[in-house]
Amino acid sequence: MVAHLLSLKITLLRNSLKRSPWQLVGLIFAGLYGLGILGISLVGLAVLGTADPELIRTVVTLAGAALILGWLIIPVLASGLDMTLEPARFVTFAIPEKSMLVGLALASFIGIPGIITLIVSVGTAVAWWQSPAIALVAVPCGILAALTCILASRAITAASTSLASSRRFKDVSGILLVIPLILMGPIIGTISAGMRDFSEFLPALGATVAWTPLGAIWAVPADLASGHLVSAGAKFLIALATMAVLAWIWKTSLARALVTPAFAGSLKRTGGKLGFFARFPGTPTGAVAARSLTYWIRDPRYSASLVIAPLLPLIFVFVAGQNGGLATMGNVVGFAASFAAFMVAWSISSDVSYDSTAFALHLATGVSGRADRTGRVIAAGLLALSLGVVYASVGAALADNWSSWPAMIGLVLVAAGAGLGLASVFSSRFTLNVPLPGESPLKSKPGNNFFSVLVQLVGFAGAGILTVPVVALVVIGAVVNQPVFSWLALAAGIILGCAYLLLGIRLGAAQYERRAPELLQAVSADR
Amino acid sequence: MTESLPHVPLGSAPATNFPALSLRGLTKRFGAKTAVNAINLDVPAGSFYGLVGPNGAGKTTSLSMATGLMRPDAGTAQVLGVDVWRHPLEAKRLMGILPDGVRLFDRLSGEQLVTYAGLLRGMDKETVASRVKDLLEALDLAKDAGTLVVDYSAGMTKKIALASALIHAPKLLVLDEPFESVDPVSSANIRDLLTDYVASGGTVIVSSHVMDLVQRMCDHVAVIAGGNVLAAGTVESVRDGMSLEEKFVELVGGRHQAGGLQWLRTS
Repeated sequence: MVAHLLSLKITLLRNSLKRSPWQLVGLIFAGLYGLGILGISLVGLAVLGTADPELIRTVVTLAGAALILGWLIIPVLASGLDMTLEPARFVTFAIPEKSMLVGLALASFIGIPGIITLIVSVGTAVAWWQSPAIALVAVPCGILAALTCILASRAITAASTSLASSRRFKDVSGILLVIPLILMGPIIGTISAGMRDFSEFLPALGATVAWTPLGAIWAVPADLASGHLVSAGAKFLIALATMAVLAWIWKTSLARALVTPAFAGSLKRTGGKLGFFARFPGTPTGAVAARSLTYWIRDPRYSASLVIAPLLPLIFVFVAGQNGGLATMGNVVGFAASFAAFMVAWSISSDVSYDSTAFALHLATGVSGRADRTGRVIAAGLLALSLGVVYASVGAALADNWSSWPAMIGLVLVAAGAGLGLASVFSSRFTLNVPLPGESPLKSKPGNNFFSVLVQLVGFAGAGILTVPVVALVVIGAVVNQPVFSWLALAAGIILGCAYLLLGIRLGAAQYERRAPELLQAVSADR
Repeated sequence: MTESLPHVPLGSAPATNFPALSLRGLTKRFGAKTAVNAINLDVPAGSFYGLVGPNGAGKTTSLSMATGLMRPDAGTAQVLGVDVWRHPLEAKRLMGILPDGVRLFDRLSGEQLVTYAGLLRGMDKETVASRVKDLLEALDLAKDAGTLVVDYSAGMTKKIALASALIHAPKLLVLDEPFESVDPVSSANIRDLLTDYVASGGTVIVSSHVMDLVQRMCDHVAVIAGGNVLAAGTVESVRDGMSLEEKFVELVGGRHQAGGLQWLRTS
């Protein structure tokens, strides 16, 4: 039975690759990424092997604890994690519980994150290349550690199944997870800057973590190496107990989940609240705009980008503003406003893909390409422009640099216009493999990402070229220090932004009229 | 089957002279597989037309091509004399469609979704609002009008999709599997609504697996299998004295006459 589950997972993986060559390309890229991490980790461990056991213990314990913590946290928030062998799918098969648990646990190793975790965990033995006996102990410890990771993620997913199946929880957690990911760079930068002061603190932290369930197993070889047999034994017991508890949690919650239908909280609500539909004019264009705006707020796939976009200028602040004063910070925010506006505007490049087969309604009602394109542009444009104007104004206020304000606004306008125009053409031409309605915004489909990234890059490059005239005016203005260029940039931003927008809508609408049925076919295939 | 129709420009003759739907040589291939093989079919105006066939027979593909959702490889589809692929806007105005297996904009509330369908068709706000109210009442959805469609049950989702197809008072309704997972009470309500609609001059095409339902509800029926129309006409003439189910099995074949699975017997 265990072998069956393993071969099922392999068959599923193989069949998913057969669907399109892009899937294979995607897997290869993911594999290369994994190999890169693997290589760096193993080389790092080998180098670490030249240091003294204390340092090895600190590093391995802390990194290992972080690894287990990752397996514990990420599955809960990213509901899009690989759940190919979801226990719920085996409900009707009456598989003996024990075989099912063992099979599912082992099957988790098939897949890039699982394999990498296993190899790196076992690879901690490399750090002990100077004392082969310890390395020999580190191998089984590594296997147990990797198993702990799998058990942790399985236990937490099973335990939170009833919670995670509530739509609202999925929606919110998906968006929240985006924030730390986006701010990862600045956070790591801040931490590593602080790290230098913590060089005395870390060994103490490592020693403490080594006694917790997260770190125990990783510290066993180091304790043996430094001759602390008793503490090594105690930690080994802690690790075994951890695994037993995790397995028990997994088993009981699984047993409960299999007999309890998923909880889906919803209240009956009578009508009368039309939301944006009441605000926009009762035309096809107005309806599309109202629908799109509703989605920007209600659909986590859209709201995620609405959360990301405002954070972008802050990253620039982190990068540039750390050694500058308030004035630098304000200017950075003001000029980065155009990036935020562009990111929101560009989001609609995958609008039809996000619609998925619901797009059939547009086709069935025979809505014109112009109304379809314009409606989507109005919704995204409203958000992009408000965001851009707010950031530009806040930036100008912070820097007390109101003479640059027209230039900032000009950049926002041309960036939004170029983004919306290009996206209108792109989304009527390409459909991308995006998360389906209701899936986590972070869910990445294996494969096809390569093509998506290519399309995105072409779009970014195109927008870059289109904004050149305004950027040039801003740069010239900064060099010759003449406020008149700031106003010229504003004028150019208004004219070019509108031109790009109208041209994009016109081309996109014509393309929509020609290709709407083909678009529906394309999104049906991605289903 | 009637004779092939002369092409008459739009508006030069009363639309009632034409069949509600007329397919000529409609063909679709997916790679090497021919899903729909040059089918001809006429659905008389004012009929309640059933489309039956085994799984994968080409029903959904035919209906998608007839309603402008999927471009045919060859052939034409006309709705009340209007060519669906040459004059899509005029044709779509005459049709209400309930496609099978497509998503809805399910982050809208039921009320918003039907309103959206109405506004997309260019109807004015007041008419949409009053019709949305009537439709939700008629389909027992008034109590859940403000609930997001994503939280609806499968049957409620079918019903809200049906409401979206009815909002513009079409002349022809094309419903792909409209009764799937709809509860018996709602199903009876929908049948009444459709029967009234046909009595008032509308035309309904339903595809279904349920032969009894088609036999009771429809006055015309076509049997499709393997991408071909095996029989078409009034229900009486197609079933030819047998029950529709018996006739269907006879036409389509595939019934096993053997004793079945010996080991499955419990005694």
